[in-house]
Amino acid sequence: MKNVIKGLGAALLCTTMLVSAASAETIRWARASDALTLDPHSQNQGVTHNFAHHIYETLVDRDVEGNLQARLALSWELKADDPTTWVFKLREGVTFHDGAPFTAEDVVFSLDRARSEKSNMRQLHADVDQVTAVDDYTVEVKMKGPSPLYPNNLTNTFIMDKTWSEANNVVEVQDYAAGEDNYAVRNTNGTGPYKLQSREVDVRSVLTLNENHWAEEKPAVTEIVYLPITDAATRVAALLSGEVDIVQDVPVQDIDRLSGTAGIKIETGPENRVIYFGYRFGEEPLKSSNVTDANPFNDPRVREAMELAIDRDAIRQVVMRGQSIPTGVANPPFVNGWTEELDAYPAVDLDRAKALLAEAGYPDGFTVTLDTPNNRYVNDEAISQAVVGMLGRIGIQVTLASRPVAQHSPLVTANETDFYLLGWGVPTFDSAYVFNDLVHTKDGDYGAYNGGLYSNPELDEKIRSLGVETDLDKRNATIAEIWQVVKEDRVLLPIHNQVLAYAMKDSITLPVHPENQPLMTSVQFNN
Amino acid sequence: MLAFIIRRLAQSVLVMLFVALIAFVIFRYVGDPITSMVGVETRLEDQEIMRDRLGLNDPVVVQFARFIGNALQGEFGISYRLQQPVTELILSRLPATLELAVASALIALVFGVVLGVFTALRPKSFLTAGIMAASLVGVSLPTFLIGIGLIYVFAVELGWLPSFGRGEVVDLGWWRTGLLTESGLKSLILPAITLSLFQLTLIMRLVRAEMLEVLRTEYIRFARARGLSQRAINFGHALKNTMVPVITITGLQLGSVIAFAIVTETVFQWPGVGSLFITSVQVVDVPVMAAYLMFIALVFVLINLIVDILYYVVDPRLRVDGGAGN
Repeated sequence: MKNVIKGLGAALLCTTMLVSAASAETIRWARASDALTLDPHSQNQGVTHNFAHHIYETLVDRDVEGNLQARLALSWELKADDPTTWVFKLREGVTFHDGAPFTAEDVVFSLDRARSEKSNMRQLHADVDQVTAVDDYTVEVKMKGPSPLYPNNLTNTFIMDKTWSEANNVVEVQDYAAGEDNYAVRNTNGTGPYKLQSREVDVRSVLTLNENHWAEEKPAVTEIVYLPITDAATRVAALLSGEVDIVQDVPVQDIDRLSGTAGIKIETGPENRVIYFGYRFGEEPLKSSNVTDANPFNDPRVREAMELAIDRDAIRQVVMRGQSIPTGVANPPFVNGWTEELDAYPAVDLDRAKALLAEAGYPDGFTVTLDTPNNRYVNDEAISQAVVGMLGRIGIQVTLASRPVAQHSPLVTANETDFYLLGWGVPTFDSAYVFNDLVHTKDGDYGAYNGGLYSNPELDEKIRSLGVETDLDKRNATIAEIWQVVKEDRVLLPIHNQVLAYAMKDSITLPVHPENQPLMTSVQFNN
Repeated sequence: MLAFIIRRLAQSVLVMLFVALIAFVIFRYVGDPITSMVGVETRLEDQEIMRDRLGLNDPVVVQFARFIGNALQGEFGISYRLQQPVTELILSRLPATLELAVASALIALVFGVVLGVFTALRPKSFLTAGIMAASLVGVSLPTFLIGIGLIYVFAVELGWLPSFGRGEVVDLGWWRTGLLTESGLKSLILPAITLSLFQLTLIMRLVRAEMLEVLRTEYIRFARARGLSQRAINFGHALKNTMVPVITITGLQLGSVIAFAIVTETVFQWPGVGSLFITSVQVVDVPVMAAYLMFIALVFVLINLIVDILYYVVDPRLRVDGGAGN
């Protein structure tokens, strides 16, 4: 009898679960911009990847805590006798939307496509030598040298079906210079939890649940209507009027008002992106300064004085309206190598700052131009304006030059700026990514965004060793050493980590994703 | 007549070339398209390869010549941002803009004429003073402010009308219309009003001024003396004679309504060519920007050409210097 009751209970439970899974739940999801393309290897851009993650899948991806998790790969490890080869065991029983089975040859095809010349994902696979299928569910990736962190680079490399790609002539990635567009730009065939039902670029895209998806737990959302709304005020108005359910890109100034509105709630969380200022290094005098016989930034005392003059907490309160996490290190907290000690930052001390400047030979300060983007990061221009005022208090007179990012970014990569604001995200979640581009001497593949041409040969050697060191404890020790020098030397002037805010109806919950790539499968309805 | 048209056509081509040239020079200063196309993760040498493939390293003159050559064949290339053929993109967005432009031109014309006549006939009424004051607001408030204000009142507070988009559309094959569905019509109301306000006040003031002028003329006085009804005088004689300049202005303004729909389209997320242009500017999508500017130039050139030809037909004096003065 007991068993019968148990059985009945279980059956009842099953039916209620079935009911809740079967009831159609549509989410209207608004963002500031549309996915650029549906071709998964053609653009390495966050919004595009975020959309693609619903249709296509990757071997591995990141959960909302930033940890690597299995997706189409079940496990990944270095080959026992060969530290330069990664072995991926694949999930079995997965099918593409057109019914074709997912096997190792699709992975080989997709990785090769992703590292082909026209792909925009190729830099993430630059160290790959060869990809081979061992059997239907095992893939080996042979690297050019030891690459202990290669799986970190796979979180946005999507797997396409080889047969489908060949049948539709999309083996090659879309070529910008070509006259025609590629079939894969507008059509999809992935393994993901949703299928593309319709799409009108910049207007709306509709995704419906893939009933044959491998995940045991079916997502609560059965239909996604994706709505790009460019204008921030209109986007917020659409949420207020109930025409959309989730707004992913919420303007900072609206967060307070929205969280005070009945029926609407805000989810916030730290983003994997740090905002910092960079200086021009070297003996050569600055182009924009009244000091014409030396480079004041090259004097560590000047850099210390500047750090002491900048009030990060005031920037947080006034400019960011509380929506930022001030930091003393140019490394977001999710990233391997981050520590609380590094994150600490000094209190403002204007007297000490002035004394340091005088000691360095600039008792009356100096002039310099600060280059800032004005449409890339949250309140980027306003942060720079605040810093101009703060540096003015110790006599450094800063002229602000504000440009859209399309003009600002070339200044930094061409080393034509004396003092600049930049933001840096770390998609590999490892400090080496920061060092390679921001700290290493500018040389070939290294130091691409080392806008101030900082150079420290001792550090360079350590940075390069990170790429090949397979003993992780030893590697982490080196990372800590490098950070120590970077912080003491004040190579960068970090301000804060950005905070993400999603606004949504009270009845739903969507946790913030550190890479700003939330999946609608993680939406919960709180009925 | 033929010589005149040919001369006009030649001038139009020159204007188009000039617009293309200016557009091209401006693009040099908008920023680096590669920066917007790829993420910071892309290696600089890969960016350089891309720049080469797109021909961005060639001298401006070469790029310009190539652009003109392709444009003559109706070929504007592929959008850097969306990777679709530009001509196709613009054509698919055009119906939305044209429907919005025509709807707002109609609103402007109907309400402009009615209010203009009313304020001319009742110059001392309180209502006239009110309308005139309100029209000043219409002229001086920026479009985006009006748009946001309307959204706030009618979408957020009252919940009567949608705040963004075009609603459901019906695909007629080559024309995607929003005029056949209820949500499409509802979505049209706010943006059309926003876009029409400036033209509306312009037409209203024009009609009022012309009407006041005409009402003072002798033939109106004679009409009164003949004992015609007020209605026949006001609408049959006075209004008819004020309409000539009004129609000219409205026609010419249609071009600017299409061109200035940019702001309205952005505020209401209206999927027309204007919002396409703005998004393209933000990411330095040169092929789309170039094609859009050429398209707008073409609209203006065509309208002016038609107006010129009409004048020529209507006004014999213009023919004199055309060699027809025998």
